[in-house]
Amino acid sequence: MSFVYLIFIPMLAALVIPFLYKKVPGIHTGWFVLAVPAILFGLYTTFLSKVKNGESFTSTFDWIPSLNISVTSYIDGLSLLFSLLITGIGTLVVLYSIFYLDKTREQLHNFYVYLLLFMTAMLGVVQSDHLISLYFFWELTSISSFLLIGYWYKRDRSRFGALKSMMITVFGGLMMLGGFVLLSIMGDTYSIRELIASAPELANHEWFVWSLILVLLGAFTKSAQFPFYIWLPDAMEAPTPVSAYLHSATMVKAGLYLVARFTPIYASSEWWIWLVTGIGLLTLLWGSFFALKQTDLKGILAFSTVSQLGLIMSLLGAGAISLHTGIEDDNSIFKYAAFAAIFHLVNHATFKGSLFMIAGIVDHETGTRDIRKLGGLMSLMPISFTIALIGSFSMAGLPPFNGFLSKEMFLSGMLSIPEFDFFAFDTWGMLFPIIAWIASVFTFVYSFYFVFRTFTGKHKPDLLPKQAHEAPIGMLISPAILGSLVVAIFFIPNLIGDVLVKPAVVAIQPFLYSVPEDVDIHIAAWHGPNAELWMTIGIVALGYLLYATLSKWQPLYNKFPQGFTLNRLYDFMMFLSEVGTNRLSRIYMTGFIRSYLVYMFTGIVLLTIGTVFIKDAFEVSFATVAPIHFYELVIVLVLIAGTLTILFAKSRLTSIIALGAVGYSVALFFVIFNAPDLALTQLVIETVSVALFLLAFYHLPKLNRHENRMKFRLANALVAIGVGVTVTIVALSAHSQKLVSSISSYYEKTVYTEAGGGNIVNVILVDYRGFDTLFEIAVLAIASLGIIAMIRLRLTKKKEVNRIEDQ
Amino acid sequence: MEIIMCFVIGFLFMAAVYLMLSKSLLRIIIGTGLLSHGAHLLILTMGGLGGSAPPVVSPGVTDYADPLPQALILTAIVISFGVTAFFLVLAYRAYQELGTDNMNLMRGTEDHD
Repeated sequence: MSFVYLIFIPMLAALVIPFLYKKVPGIHTGWFVLAVPAILFGLYTTFLSKVKNGESFTSTFDWIPSLNISVTSYIDGLSLLFSLLITGIGTLVVLYSIFYLDKTREQLHNFYVYLLLFMTAMLGVVQSDHLISLYFFWELTSISSFLLIGYWYKRDRSRFGALKSMMITVFGGLMMLGGFVLLSIMGDTYSIRELIASAPELANHEWFVWSLILVLLGAFTKSAQFPFYIWLPDAMEAPTPVSAYLHSATMVKAGLYLVARFTPIYASSEWWIWLVTGIGLLTLLWGSFFALKQTDLKGILAFSTVSQLGLIMSLLGAGAISLHTGIEDDNSIFKYAAFAAIFHLVNHATFKGSLFMIAGIVDHETGTRDIRKLGGLMSLMPISFTIALIGSFSMAGLPPFNGFLSKEMFLSGMLSIPEFDFFAFDTWGMLFPIIAWIASVFTFVYSFYFVFRTFTGKHKPDLLPKQAHEAPIGMLISPAILGSLVVAIFFIPNLIGDVLVKPAVVAIQPFLYSVPEDVDIHIAAWHGPNAELWMTIGIVALGYLLYATLSKWQPLYNKFPQGFTLNRLYDFMMFLSEVGTNRLSRIYMTGFIRSYLVYMFTGIVLLTIGTVFIKDAFEVSFATVAPIHFYELVIVLVLIAGTLTILFAKSRLTSIIALGAVGYSVALFFVIFNAPDLALTQLVIETVSVALFLLAFYHLPKLNRHENRMKFRLANALVAIGVGVTVTIVALSAHSQKLVSSISSYYEKTVYTEAGGGNIVNVILVDYRGFDTLFEIAVLAIASLGIIAMIRLRLTKKKEVNRIEDQ
Repeated sequence: MEIIMCFVIGFLFMAAVYLMLSKSLLRIIIGTGLLSHGAHLLILTMGGLGGSAPPVVSPGVTDYADPLPQALILTAIVISFGVTAFFLVLAYRAYQELGTDNMNLMRGTEDHD
């Protein structure tokens, strides 16, 4: 079955949706859209049983065969897991959006076209085996995400958030493309599977670390890692279904997918392990710390997403360590890290999706997302409260919810990092479990902050724009399904583990396992009284204490200096790129023709003299020079005198006459150097030119009649002398190093026999090289027509000119 | 002779560039005139100044001046004349419309400031 075409089904549906929106206005367009992800989800589940046995599938659509570029869909455990997430959560989000977006007030066709486009892009990203098509779909996710964030395009904040996310993710995308290009040159293939197969050879390549860093930049910007997370909180201006879908469950996990997919290639490098684990942990701590500063429900969730993505990222980094320890080493827990990462990725998609939907419901039913205005909604919105409670407790890592299981696995992964005894992990590694523990405490506090500040406490109806009440049942279906999954996964974790997680782990760690059965990991909710349990108890105890005293220390966040935030840095960089480059170009784009001539002449001088100097090309040879005659010297002196007169003349008339003298002495040169035709032409043309100059002189401005000698300017003189010296050097060197003799002997021999003429110059002009003459005639014709047009055509008002002349 | 001509041509170029950097439109055009003189002489010099007879077939002569550079210069003279004539009329019209020949005053519209 060529399942590669399944990727494009949402895109094709996007073509039809606007017609349905216009033709069937009675039915909410979302109902038509709902079928697409639902059917795709059903189709992708058919792969489950085979992938579980370790099989994988490829299907190729040739795109540009001559360049070896194709869209290759490769389905293994990892891509199937992501495909199911995309289509599954996609179905729930579309269902939720049907009740969230109003049929009459919203431009639904835009929304669903962007959403379907995004779905195709995301499926393409996770299934592509081809680097270039992966990049293609990657940018398509950036573009569709840009469109979705800016959905309410009349709001300033939406446009700002959309632009910001676009700038940052596209920056990362382009860096990633650079990494891909390096990879494809290093491995001489575009296929990720073939690159994985040749990973050991790649590791020795000099570009290896460069491509690693570039690919990671792509992953970090997309997955909102430190310091690129700043676009995600601003992306919360998107409609809530978009936030739930893109900015918690799918798109921000594209970076995680990338890291997971490329782990077999890069895991051998300590750069990879340190960067992925370190940045992940830093993001985890930073995000969980600043989540408590937020007062907007979606802002809290955005920072929480950043933090949880950092957690998964650090686990993926720890999982890469297993390449160095090997499967035989039973003490090593690192082989569990990748499992924990994927497991938490699934869990996070479930609880964060439901929490976003609840935040949207609260917004929809009360009119505000400001946590300071909310409170006491528990009795008014009991179902939403229950779902929010489940999601938050899971996020905090409490039993009996799935977050507890992944939290425990995360802690054991981090605890074992200091055991690792190379790449300096045995010294610095102690920091990892400490940071992880502190971040978990903050996670606990903001989870409680999110749910209890919204639903318990005092109800403040006078602050709310709307009368709060429970959401319609349709809006609650999707979060309820996700919430029950959160509970279900806690009780049957090994079903999910066997069917979804283990095949994905095989894809991430092919150096450890060949088939999913090899992954001998059993998740148990009760794992005995070990260090992780005590850490969890500590988290709950300290977290509860911090939450209870929150009102005492939360104002400390406002003391944080605004000038040093990363957003300020981003704004400053945008300012610099826009205003800075504008100012910079105004410095050199002066508008004076003199400046530009100086740039050009200086460029010519430096480039030419530099080349002559570097290539050691200067040479003076007296071998072929003609003898010097007295007349020639006289004319040389006349010519120089004429030129000097032009330079130092006080009146313009003198300089015009001197120019005529120069022209006539050039004509005399032509006479002496045996060029009669040139001399004739030069004399005639010089006469006409001088007449024209005098015409222009006659009409010169009467405004400043008093004529001045040209003012001496040192800079101009230096540039002029530079050009003169350059021309002299080039002329001398070129004359002294003739490589081939002239072809003129042919003309001299054949001018009479072949062309029947005696004047060789004239025969060359009209016979041997008659084409030049034809177009030189054309030049004269154009010039004369142009002159006539300039004089005759007067499209501007004549009054203006008269006014100036009368002054 | 060619060596001397190389220096003369360099001098012509120097003077031409100096004039072109001035702010008077007429001087700029004079500069272009000097520049084309320099270029024409350069072509002639690079072709070699030897040869004892003009390139017109006559019995008994074998040492003609090189005809090809002369043909090239002839073409160049005509073209530079056409351009100079156009340029001069342009300057004349510019003065009629703008009332100045000072290049520093012809800076276009100041719509950026």
